[in-house]
Amino acid sequence: MTIKTPKSTGTTRRGALKTLAGGAAAATSLPLWARYAQAQTSEPIRVGFQMHRTGIGAAYGRWYGRTTEAAARIINEAGGINGRPLEIVAEDDGTDPKRGAEVVEKFATQLKCDIGYGTLFSHVVAGSAPRAGELKLPYFIVSEGHQLASGGLNRYTVQPGITDVKSQVKAMAPFVASTLGKKVTMIFPDYAFGHDHRDFFSEAIEAQGGEVVAKLAIPPTETSFTKYFPKIPRETEVIYHVMVGPAVLTFVKEMGEFFGPSRPEMFGFIDSLEAVDISSPGLEFLEGTYFWEGMPRYAQADQTPYDKFFREQVGVDANGASVADPKDVATYAHMFACWETLFVIKAGMEAAGYQSFKDRPALIEAVEAMTEMPQSNEHPQGAKLFNGKTHQVFGPQYISQVTDGKLVVKHTASIEDTLYPDETDYTTQSF
Amino acid sequence: MDFGPYLLLASLEGAVTAAVLALTAVGLSLVFGVMRVVNVAHGEFFMLGAVLAWWIASHIGGDPALGFIAALILAPLAVGALAALADMTILRRVNYDPERTIVATIGILYILQQVTLMTYGPEARPVEPPFNSRLALPWFEWGETGLQMYFPWGLSTTSYKLFVIAAAAAVLMGVWALMARTRIGLLMRATQLDRDMALAFGIPVERVYAMVFGLGGALAALGAVLIVPIQQAHYLMGGDPLLLSFIVVIIGGLGSLPGTVVAAILIGLSDGIISVFFSPTLAKILATLLVALVLVFRPEGLFGMKTR
Repeated sequence: MTIKTPKSTGTTRRGALKTLAGGAAAATSLPLWARYAQAQTSEPIRVGFQMHRTGIGAAYGRWYGRTTEAAARIINEAGGINGRPLEIVAEDDGTDPKRGAEVVEKFATQLKCDIGYGTLFSHVVAGSAPRAGELKLPYFIVSEGHQLASGGLNRYTVQPGITDVKSQVKAMAPFVASTLGKKVTMIFPDYAFGHDHRDFFSEAIEAQGGEVVAKLAIPPTETSFTKYFPKIPRETEVIYHVMVGPAVLTFVKEMGEFFGPSRPEMFGFIDSLEAVDISSPGLEFLEGTYFWEGMPRYAQADQTPYDKFFREQVGVDANGASVADPKDVATYAHMFACWETLFVIKAGMEAAGYQSFKDRPALIEAVEAMTEMPQSNEHPQGAKLFNGKTHQVFGPQYISQVTDGKLVVKHTASIEDTLYPDETDYTTQSF
Repeated sequence: MDFGPYLLLASLEGAVTAAVLALTAVGLSLVFGVMRVVNVAHGEFFMLGAVLAWWIASHIGGDPALGFIAALILAPLAVGALAALADMTILRRVNYDPERTIVATIGILYILQQVTLMTYGPEARPVEPPFNSRLALPWFEWGETGLQMYFPWGLSTTSYKLFVIAAAAAVLMGVWALMARTRIGLLMRATQLDRDMALAFGIPVERVYAMVFGLGGALAALGAVLIVPIQQAHYLMGGDPLLLSFIVVIIGGLGSLPGTVVAAILIGLSDGIISVFFSPTLAKILATLLVALVLVFRPEGLFGMKTR
């Protein structure tokens, strides 16, 4: 009698498990590939949407999500891209750079996304973009940071929907110096985005004969602000403020309480009040102050049909709040950029004849070849000029004044006001 | 800003921090003193107080004072009940074993935080203060004509901030009276001194524990209701109060109420003053350094009693 060794048996526990797992995987994926087995091209184009659903960017995440869904719906209703539907694959990054890199990795390897898209906060971009470059995943950021145009990122990262801080502040400085005053105190969040403001505005205001008399850096997670304000010098003529995070309302309110009746002139980036109702109690002191807006929150007297269309599709009323809930104020000055970026992706994929992952470099080249984008339903914020070398778009900027509790546009800076010399050329990098 | 007014402003800001911190830390200290439980979920009870305050205030509507008063009463009660429930269903099951209670309260921390995220969402939401007017503060200086009074630029506080300081002081007096003057306080102190002996004398120790844990949670929630009209309710707001409360409790002496209050004032004021004159990060560094020094040179804390 021979004793059978376990090795010679046809079924081992490990083998059985392997078969089971394989079978399970096949069973779950069966409907998908069975559906598309006969026609590769009817498979959706998957856009990995890196979303700040939680963390300090949550308010932006909520509205970037709604804008993205609206744009994707319109693209799909019009027949999709190259005959294929667009599918948004949203993944929360917690507004955290480390998680951001993991999300990009997940898009490329697990979720089989064609591209990555939608990141706003500049520190998350800084954490994620290098990984996107390594994985050769086209990465469409919506961030405002100057790190891309300065040559700090890579050929796979492009920003075709929103202008960068350097061009924004370059266009603001002449207005601040000529209308409000020359001695400026800056208050900004203490990370990459805020540092862009600090560096480039200081430069731009000096070019106008002004000077920055104090720079107050505040951590974006801070919750109480009065303790920072005594550092504002008495000679300050203009407060330049830009703040982000969940405590922006506290920030602006405490600033009002600090100055009381004797406030200096104020120029803020609307970031300090994005997703916040301007008629909130404690914000009355903002009457008469000025804000930069990427796109005017309140429908203006000379509203374009494109702005009207955009508001309708995303579900925003004339006051920049949700149609469903007037207390739910949009991040209106930034979210148009998601919309415009998705339409650039569509145009780029169509120009490149995008079919599969192997066409990713062709997509980047197609976007690099873009230049002028006229104001339209696809570009409701205004006409744009794309710079293929620096991967950065340029566009108009708005300065609004708080008048009777509403933001009224007082000055529109043209594209020419925002241009600066190229600092890099990504087209010389290999794929 | 001149040095004098600057220091006054910093002290006022510090006093508000200290007031809320004292309430939160006394809750933590009470739980540790009586139950020997290190409650890592304490910051989440704080957060829950703020979130409930928003929920209550937004549902009542009408005059902001009405919603705020309702929140001031209901939110601590609700959080206290929840904490007592957590004690009865979780901590009692692990027999208050020190290691296991730490792990269990970490679990409670995540459950509370994530449930809040799933229901209330990631937004920061404000609660309107019942009253809030800016008070410009005068400053006195020797000038050419003797003592002069003037109003320095920016030197101000708000009536609500002063109310927070007064309310916290009143509540702390109440807690002291409860511990020192009432029968339930006597039971708590007896349980704190010797659990087994208290049990032998017929004190319902388990009920005392549930009550203490509930009281600790309610105090944290009360601190949060007071601060939420100044800051805003957010699901991640429990982190900082937890860290600072631990710092305060360690410096003050674990289980010592007067020590906790003194340490809260010390940390709150130094946080206000150091962050105004230098940087908020330096304030945190110094506070943590102080904890390390206390642990090395006086492990029982400034006011703690040496264990026999």
